[in-house]
Amino acid sequence: MALKIVKGSIDRMFDKNLQDLVRGIRNHKDDEAKYISTCIDEIKQELKQDNIAVKANAVCKLTYLQMLGYDVSWAAFNIVEVMSSSKFTYKRIGYLAASQCFHESTDVIMLTTNQIRKDLSSPNQYDTGVALTGLSCFVTPDLARDLANDIMTLMSHTKPYIRKKAVLIMYKVFLKYPESLRPAFPRLKEKLEDPDPGVQSAAVNVICELARRNPKNYLSLAPLFFKLMTSSTNNWVLIKIIKLFGALTPLEPRLGKKLIEPLTNLIHSTSAMSLLYECVNTVIAVLISLSSGMPNHSASIQLCVQKLRILIEDSDQNLKYLGLLAMSKILKTHPKSVQSHKDLILQCLDDKDESIRLRALDLLYGMVSKKNLMEIVKKLMLHVDKAEGTTYRDELLTKIIDICSQSNYQYITNFEWYISILVELTRLEGTRHGHLIASQMLDVAIRVKAIRAFAVAQMATLLDNAHLLTGNTQRNGICEVLYAAAWICGEFSEHLENPVQTLEAMLRPKVATLPGHIQAVYVQNTAKLFATILKSQEGNSDSTTSEETTQLLIDRLPVFVQSANLEVQERASCILQLVKYIQKLQQKDVEVAEEVSALFAGELNPVAPKAQKKVPVPEGLDLDAWINEPPSESESEDEQPKAIFTKEEPKHARPRHTEVDEKELAKRREARKQEQANNPFYIKASPSSQKVYQDASGVEHIPVVQIDLSVPLKVPGLPMSDQYVKLEEERRQKERAEKKKKEKKKRKEKRSGRGKKHDSGPESEEDITPAHMVDIVTEEMPENALPSDEDDKDPNDPHKALDIDLDKPLADSEKLPVRAHRAAEALKSPVEDAEADNAGPQESRKKSGKEKKKDKDRDRKKSKEEKKKRKHKHEGKEEDLLGGDANEPVAQSEEPSEAAEPPASATAEEATTVAAAAAAAPTTPTAPSITAPVSEPDEPQDAEMEETKSSKHKKKKQKKEKEEKKKKKKHHHHHHRHSDGGVEESVQNGTVEEDEPLPPMSNYCLLAENAYIKMVCDIQGNLQDGSQVVVSVIFENKCSSFLKSMEFNVLDSLNSKLQRPEGSGPHDGLTVPFQLPPGVSNEARFVFTVQSIVMPQKLKGTLTFIVKNEDSSTHEKLDFKLHFTCTSYLITTPCYSDAFAKLLESGDLKSSSIRLEGINMPFHHLLARICFHHHFSVVERIDSCASMYSRSIQGHHVCLLVKTSGQTVSIDAKCDEPTLLGNVLDEIKQTFSLC
Amino acid sequence: MIKAILIFNNHGKPRLSKFYEHYNEDTEQQIIRETFHLVSKRDENVCNFLEGGMLIGGSDYKLIYRHYATLYFVFCVDSSESELGILDLIQVFVETLDKCFENVCELDLIFHVDKVHNILAEMVMGGMVLETNMNEIITQVDAQNKMEKAEAGIAGAPARAVSAVKNMNLPEMPRNINIGDISIKVPNLPSFK
Repeated sequence: MALKIVKGSIDRMFDKNLQDLVRGIRNHKDDEAKYISTCIDEIKQELKQDNIAVKANAVCKLTYLQMLGYDVSWAAFNIVEVMSSSKFTYKRIGYLAASQCFHESTDVIMLTTNQIRKDLSSPNQYDTGVALTGLSCFVTPDLARDLANDIMTLMSHTKPYIRKKAVLIMYKVFLKYPESLRPAFPRLKEKLEDPDPGVQSAAVNVICELARRNPKNYLSLAPLFFKLMTSSTNNWVLIKIIKLFGALTPLEPRLGKKLIEPLTNLIHSTSAMSLLYECVNTVIAVLISLSSGMPNHSASIQLCVQKLRILIEDSDQNLKYLGLLAMSKILKTHPKSVQSHKDLILQCLDDKDESIRLRALDLLYGMVSKKNLMEIVKKLMLHVDKAEGTTYRDELLTKIIDICSQSNYQYITNFEWYISILVELTRLEGTRHGHLIASQMLDVAIRVKAIRAFAVAQMATLLDNAHLLTGNTQRNGICEVLYAAAWICGEFSEHLENPVQTLEAMLRPKVATLPGHIQAVYVQNTAKLFATILKSQEGNSDSTTSEETTQLLIDRLPVFVQSANLEVQERASCILQLVKYIQKLQQKDVEVAEEVSALFAGELNPVAPKAQKKVPVPEGLDLDAWINEPPSESESEDEQPKAIFTKEEPKHARPRHTEVDEKELAKRREARKQEQANNPFYIKASPSSQKVYQDASGVEHIPVVQIDLSVPLKVPGLPMSDQYVKLEEERRQKERAEKKKKEKKKRKEKRSGRGKKHDSGPESEEDITPAHMVDIVTEEMPENALPSDEDDKDPNDPHKALDIDLDKPLADSEKLPVRAHRAAEALKSPVEDAEADNAGPQESRKKSGKEKKKDKDRDRKKSKEEKKKRKHKHEGKEEDLLGGDANEPVAQSEEPSEAAEPPASATAEEATTVAAAAAAAPTTPTAPSITAPVSEPDEPQDAEMEETKSSKHKKKKQKKEKEEKKKKKKHHHHHHRHSDGGVEESVQNGTVEEDEPLPPMSNYCLLAENAYIKMVCDIQGNLQDGSQVVVSVIFENKCSSFLKSMEFNVLDSLNSKLQRPEGSGPHDGLTVPFQLPPGVSNEARFVFTVQSIVMPQKLKGTLTFIVKNEDSSTHEKLDFKLHFTCTSYLITTPCYSDAFAKLLESGDLKSSSIRLEGINMPFHHLLARICFHHHFSVVERIDSCASMYSRSIQGHHVCLLVKTSGQTVSIDAKCDEPTLLGNVLDEIKQTFSLC
Repeated sequence: MIKAILIFNNHGKPRLSKFYEHYNEDTEQQIIRETFHLVSKRDENVCNFLEGGMLIGGSDYKLIYRHYATLYFVFCVDSSESELGILDLIQVFVETLDKCFENVCELDLIFHVDKVHNILAEMVMGGMVLETNMNEIITQVDAQNKMEKAEAGIAGAPARAVSAVKNMNLPEMPRNINIGDISIKVPNLPSFK
C-alpha cells in the first residue's frame, strides 16, 4: 500500500503539470493547436487513472485550456470527482474548474448536491468557503432549492468569513429559486446590522441588488438604511446605500426630502470622489422625484451642477466622463440649469477621448430648443466633417437625427432646412445608417405636407446623382437613401418639376446593381411616375411624350424582369405587362390616364408602430378557444400549415383597415384644407423660402457630367443647409419687426391657428414661428385603442420573479425545504427549527420519480394551506376579543434601538418619515396613546412560527391552549403595545411564551432641560468602529419662540473625545444641523471616540442657542452632563446556544456575581429589561433561569446566567475584562433599584 | 453586478477570464477579442470607462479597465456598481497580486493562473464584491496556501524538487516584465478603503 503511494507520487513528478503545459504551449508557437491536442490526449489518459492527484492535475490543466477557448465539458464528471476529494488542495482545483465551465445544462450538476452540502457543513471554514464560491458561479434552480436552507444556516455561522460568503450567495439563490426570498429575508435583514463590517457590506450589497430591480418591496427598509447611512463610515457600504436610495426615492418623494440634507452634508464633507459622485447622483434622483419644486431645492440643483462642473473641468478624464454622465440626468428635469453650461459641453465635443465626446453628444440632445437647434446642428455637422473613425461619425449622425426628430420634431422650425441636412448627411462615407436617414426622409415627407414639394425636388436630384452614392462599394450603407428618394418621388410625383427626367434616372441600367429591395421600390415607383406623366399629358394633343415614356418603360423594364430578386422580378413583370397593355390602348388612342392613376389613388397615412398591438379584442371573441376541435396528437405534421395561417392574419387586417377609413380620410383631408385656407400664416408661406426654390430649380437645368469619383463630392444642385441658418436668422428678424407693427388682434388669430403643442413652450420660444405650416400628421391608431404603456416590459426578465411582497406574513407552505432527518437535530436557530416540520422527502431525487413527487408536494401544500386557514380563523377570533392591534404576542428579533422607532409599518408614510417619527416616539414614552395602530410586518409571521412549533409537540400544544384561555381572561389588560426590544429579543430564541404586557420602555434619558429646550439622549456603540460611540440627542423646543444657531459642545477628557469636522479646534462646538420652530423636536447624532471602555465616563457640555421672538432675540445656554455608562459600550449580538457553550468552556473568562433583592416583577419582564436597557440577548431560557449574551464594541464577550427564586435574583456573570464586568453589573443593579 | 473580469496582455492574449454568466467557449473568446479591440485602440490619457454596447449585456453595462505595463485588467459591470469604486477595486486587485507574488509580472499570471483565480475568489464572488480590504484578502489567501502546503507534506517534496529542477533551466523566464507602476492611484480617491 505504502509502496503504491510512493510510486504514485513518483509517477506524478514526471507528469506534465500546469506550468509545463503553459511552457509547452509557449514553445510551440507555430503548431499550438497540434500541441494542445496531444496534451488533451494526455489529459484524457490521466483522467482514467485512479490517483486523485493525477486527476486533479489534469483538471487544473483543463481549466487553463478552457480559458484558451477549448471546450472541456466532456470532463465534467471528472471535475465532480476532483471536487469530492477530501483534500482541500484538490477540492479547490475541482471547484475552480466547475465554476469556469459548469452551467445550467451541465447534467452532472445534479450529482453534486450532496457533495456540496457536505462541504458546506465542513468543520474547515475554507472547505465551506470554496464550496460557496464555486456554487455562486454554477447554481441551478435545483441546487438552489435543495441547498437554500443549508446556506441560510451558514448566514449565522460564527466565522464572519463564512457569513459574508453565505449572505452574498443568497442573491444567486433568490434568482434561481425565488420562493426562498421570503423565508430568508428576515435573516438577511438581520445581517444588515452584523457586527462584522464585511458581512454587513455583503448584506447591503444583496439587498441593494434586489431592491434595484423591484424597489417598491424594499421601501419599508428605508429607515434601517437611513440609520446605516448616517452611522457607516465604510465608503463601499455608503455608496451602495446611496445608490439604493436613488432607486427608492422615485417611489416615495417624502423619503427624498429627508435625504437631501444628509446628502448635501456628505457632498460638502467627503473627500472621496466616488462617494461625492454617488451623492450627487442620488440628490439628482431625489430632485427628479420632487420635480414640482420646493423653493430651496434650486440651491441643491445649483450645488450639484456646480460640483459637476468642477468634475467636468477636471483634468482627470474619468471625472470628466462621470460629470457629463450625471449632468445628463439633471438635464431631464432641470434643463435650464444645464443649458447655462453649453459652452463647456460644446468644448467637450472636441475632446480627444471618444467616450467623453459621446457623453457630450448625449447632453446636447437634451439641450436643444427651437432657438438653438440650427446652431447646435451646424456645429455637429462641422464635427461630422472632421471626425475620424466611422463609429464616432455614425454616432454623430444618429445624434443629429435624434436631436432633430425628438418629440415629434418639436424643435424644428424649418423643414426645408432639415431636409437639406438629411441630404447633406448622405454624403457621409461608409456610414451604416443609410436606412435611418431614409426613414427620416420618408417620415418627414409623409407627415409634413407642406414640405413635400421641396422634398420631392431634393429627392429627384438625389436620384439623378445616384451614382455618387453608389459609386463606391464602401458607401453601400448609404444607398438605402435611394429607397426613400425613389418612394417619395413616386408617391408625391405630382410635385415633380420634370417627371420624365426622374423616370429616366430611375430606369438607368446601373440601378440593377442596387440591393434587391431598393430595386423593387424603384420598379414600383416608375409605375407611379408613369401614371403621373400620362395624366399630365392627357390634355395634350401631342401624344409623343406619353408614347415615348411608354416605350422607355418597355425598353428598360426587362432588365428587372431578369433580376435574381423575386420581389423585383414579380413587380417588374407585372408592370411590364401593364405597360404593354397600355401601349396597345394608346395606339388605339384610348384615354387611359384616369384608370392608370386610379391604381395609385388614395393617400397613405402613417400608422403608429404600436397600432397593431392596440387593436382591442372584440367582445365575445376568445382567442384561446379552439375554432375547430384540436386534431388528435398523432398528426403532428399538421402543425406547420397552422403556424403559417396565424402568421398571415395580421396581413389581412391591414387592407380592411384602410377600406373602413376611406371615407373618413376624405373628410379629414377636406377639413385640413379648410383649416389651411383659414390660416393666415399658412397662406403667406414665407417668401424667403420661395427664393430657395428658384435657386434649386435653376441649378437643376445645368447638365451634370457624370464622373465616378471616390472622393466625396458635394452633390451639385443641392442647397447647403448653412444657407438656411442665415435665412432663418433673417426671417426671424423680419418677423420680429413685422410683429411689432401688427395689431394685437392679428397676433391672436395667428396663435389660434397654430397647433396646441406650441402652447407649452416658454414665451421666448413661442416667438419663433415655424417657416412652414408644421402640419404633422399624427400616426394612426385603431379606434378605441387602450391607452396603456405596458408594452415595454420584458416578460423574460429573471428579476421579475423576485417581485415579491416581503411584508406579507410568511405562510407555512413557503418555508424552505429541509432534509427530513435534520428535524431531529438539536435546535440551532429558531427559523431552521420552525421549518423543520415542513421537511419533505426531498432526498429521493430520482429522475423518474420527479413527476410523482411534484404531485405529492402539491397535495401537501394544499392540506397545509387548509390547516393554515383554519388557524387564521382561530386567530381572527382571538384578535377581536383582544381588541385588534393591542394583541401582539411576539415580535421579530430586532435591535432594541429599533424599538424606539416605530416599526416599519405597512403605511408608507410612517416608513419614510424616519427622523421625525423617531424623534416623536421617545418624547412621549409614558403616554400609552403612542400605540397608534401600527403593526409590525414580521410579527404575524413569527406568531405563526410559534404556533407551528408548539403544535409540533402535543404537550406544548396543551400548554398553549391553557395560555390562550388565560389570555382571554386577561384580555382587558392588553392595552399597551409592547414593542420593546427586550421581548423581541427573548422571543427570538423561542423561550418566552407568556404574553403579559410589559410597561413601555425607552433608553432615552433626560440630559438637561430648561424653560426653552429639553434634551434627551441615547448612547449606542458604533457597529463599525470599536472606538466610536454615537450619541443621539433629541432636542425639543418647549417655548413658543424659534430656536436657532444651536451649538453643541463638550469638554473632551483624555479618554473620550467628541469628533469634530476636520479643521476645527479641540474646543469648538458642533453646529446642530437644524432649527427648531415652536413645539417641534428633532434628533441629531454626535460621534465620540473613546479609548478605554472598561470604566464609565462623564463629560460636561454646553448647548448654546438663540431664542428668537418676533421682536427680539436672546442668547441662551444650557449645561449638561453626558454619562457614558459601560452598558452603552455593549452591542446586542445574537448568540446561539452552541457557540455560547463553547465560549464558556474556553476558560478565558473571569467570573463575578451579584444578587438583587426584592425584585417584584415577572421573570420575563426582568429579562426584557436587561435586554433592553443593557443590550443583552437571551441565549436560552429554562423555567426561571436564563443565559444571556452581549458583546462590547471592542469585542469583549459578556455572558450572564440569571436565576430567580422568589424575590431574589442572582446574576452570575463572566467576561474577559473584569473591570468592565463589574461596572456592567453595577449598572444592572442600579436599573433594578430604580423600579 | 460584475458580469465578467478579463485580463489580457498588450497583444490580446488572455491571461485570466472569469465570466459570472455562462457563455460557451467560442462566445467567450469572441468577447475577449472584441474587448481587446475596443480597449487596445484607446490612448493612454483617456478615461477608463467604455460603453460596452452590444458586447455583453447591452446598454446597462460598462467596461471599466486599467492598463498596467503589459497587461489590461478589464471589468464588465452594470449600472449598480460605482465606476470609481470599480477602478479602485482593480487597483486593490493588482496590489494584492503584487503582494502575493512579490513584485508581480506577467509571467506570474501566465504560469499561475490558478493562484490568480484563488485570489480573485476572495475579492469577488458570483459577480458581487466580497471584500475590498487588501490585508483581509491576503490573510485568507495565505491561510489557504498554508493548508495546501500542509496537505502536500512530505509527499509533496519530490514534486517540488522536480519542478525546481524544471525551472532551473529557464533562461527565458525574466523577472523584469513588471506590471509596472502599481502606485498609480486614481487622483482624488485617497480616502477610499
